[in-house]
Amino acid sequence: MAAAPPFALIDGNNFYVSCERVFDRRLEGAPVLVLSNNDGCAIARSQEVKALGIKMGTPAFKIRDLIAKHSIRVFSSNYTLYGDMSRRVNAVIADFSPDVEVYSIDETFLGLAGFARRDLPAMCQDLRATVARCTGIPTCVGIGPTKTLAKLGNAAAKKRPEFGGVCDLSGEGPRAAVLRAFPVEDVWGIGPATAAKLAALGIATAAGLRDMSPKQARALGTVTLERTVLELGGLSCLALEEVAPQRKGMAVTRSFGRPVTSLDELREAVAAYATRAGEKLRAHGVVAGQLAAFFHTSPHRDGPHHHGQRSTRLVPMTADTRGLIGAALRCVEAAWRGGRGCRYVKAGVLLDDLCRPEDAPPTLFAAPSPKSGALMAAVDRVNAKHGRNTLFPAAMGIERGWKLRAAHHSPRYTTRLDELPRVRA
Amino acid sequence: MLHPAALDPASLPTPLLGRLLPAGFPSPADDYLDGEIDLNPYLIERPASTFLMRVAGESMKGAGILDGDMVVVDRSVAPQSGHVVVGVVHGEMTLKRFHRLKNGRAALQAENPDFPEFVIGEELPAEIWGVVVGVVRKLR
Repeated sequence: MAAAPPFALIDGNNFYVSCERVFDRRLEGAPVLVLSNNDGCAIARSQEVKALGIKMGTPAFKIRDLIAKHSIRVFSSNYTLYGDMSRRVNAVIADFSPDVEVYSIDETFLGLAGFARRDLPAMCQDLRATVARCTGIPTCVGIGPTKTLAKLGNAAAKKRPEFGGVCDLSGEGPRAAVLRAFPVEDVWGIGPATAAKLAALGIATAAGLRDMSPKQARALGTVTLERTVLELGGLSCLALEEVAPQRKGMAVTRSFGRPVTSLDELREAVAAYATRAGEKLRAHGVVAGQLAAFFHTSPHRDGPHHHGQRSTRLVPMTADTRGLIGAALRCVEAAWRGGRGCRYVKAGVLLDDLCRPEDAPPTLFAAPSPKSGALMAAVDRVNAKHGRNTLFPAAMGIERGWKLRAAHHSPRYTTRLDELPRVRA
Repeated sequence: MLHPAALDPASLPTPLLGRLLPAGFPSPADDYLDGEIDLNPYLIERPASTFLMRVAGESMKGAGILDGDMVVVDRSVAPQSGHVVVGVVHGEMTLKRFHRLKNGRAALQAENPDFPEFVIGEELPAEIWGVVVGVVRKLR
């Protein structure tokens, strides 16, 4: 078999923590924790915080004592900053290889077809050094003949300092050794359910999964598991997706800053999410045919529990904020049970059945208003120039007491002139 | 997914020529319109590695950098003796002129006689965060 052109996966170490550390150098070496939206759960931990045994997803209120005892620096998630730093990292990566797939905010696949004759680990060390110099973000790289192996190599590079930040699984020898020590539940695409099934068969490592027969894998799981087995064996089944596939659905969901108990406030919040959903639809140049709105109480708290959800068709298909708000409010009102002491903590708007406006089926009675597109474009332009929600529908309310809590937000250092990092002179 | 860095999303381009259409004769300048001046590419050669910072303090007055100025900092530039840099001393960002000294050590020097100079090395570890490539100041 001819050697397949290899892939690399480069990913930011503790990415959100690293972003905070670029601009506040006192955080270097200190325990740093970033919380999810609404300051709920741990979503990024510095090495020092991991060493204290704080797990990913731990609710903040459960570790208040640990935070105080170890003077852990806690941040609300600052997605404006993380998104901008991610864009910068990817711009540096794009100078190395034209074949890139931005897989998530902190992970990017590179196609190394053009570099087959070069010393790949040395090139990847150079890439890491350049990303660190230009952006301040430390990274690790995994190299392999398939995307699954590149991802696995990346995880190994991160866990084991002896790799020096780059783990090359191109060669059979090193690959076999790493796969033998790699837990099967950490392999890309293996969820907890599949891992449990594999455990029942006595398969605990990536090497065990690689040695499973593809047929058995398909019988046990799905075609995805079969593909994972083949990819672990070095047969590339997943290509680089250089163009993001058109989205099939879209969601705007948020936790509230405090529990919401009245229909009025719930309506405001859902109208705000529908407004944001409309912006996202228009940014992607698509219209939606189906909308659902939901709201629910906290499963972790005492008191009456309720999950309300309704969906509705959008006829004609639309990206007009006014139509989306109307549909979302109808859903909320239909699912509302009169309060009854329920303390709602989260709501969301889900859009489905997305397509380009020109592909939308024509409708007989409800023709889309020809002025809708022009009005929405004008609103989007004003909001792009003067800041989000300069122009907003009154249905969103003005005080928005339900809004997300982000008590420990760092400045938007790289995108706002009034929040730039300060340098003493 | 890749875009050039727009540090200020609401950057205001400077119109070079009027956009009003004459009702009578077409303007003889129409074929010579040259777009708009955009200061971003002038100030920011490498968007991915360039950051803006706000200056607080008077220690670089002698270098023409005043309290309240914005400095343009490029992390991709290798610091050389004589560059104005953003250094990090005790975790704090500080704007100083970087000098390599004869004895193999280096110094971060203020350009204001009222301020001390730091000699950096084993006793005072420091990091060079980036090299200052520009200053932005509005007079009003």
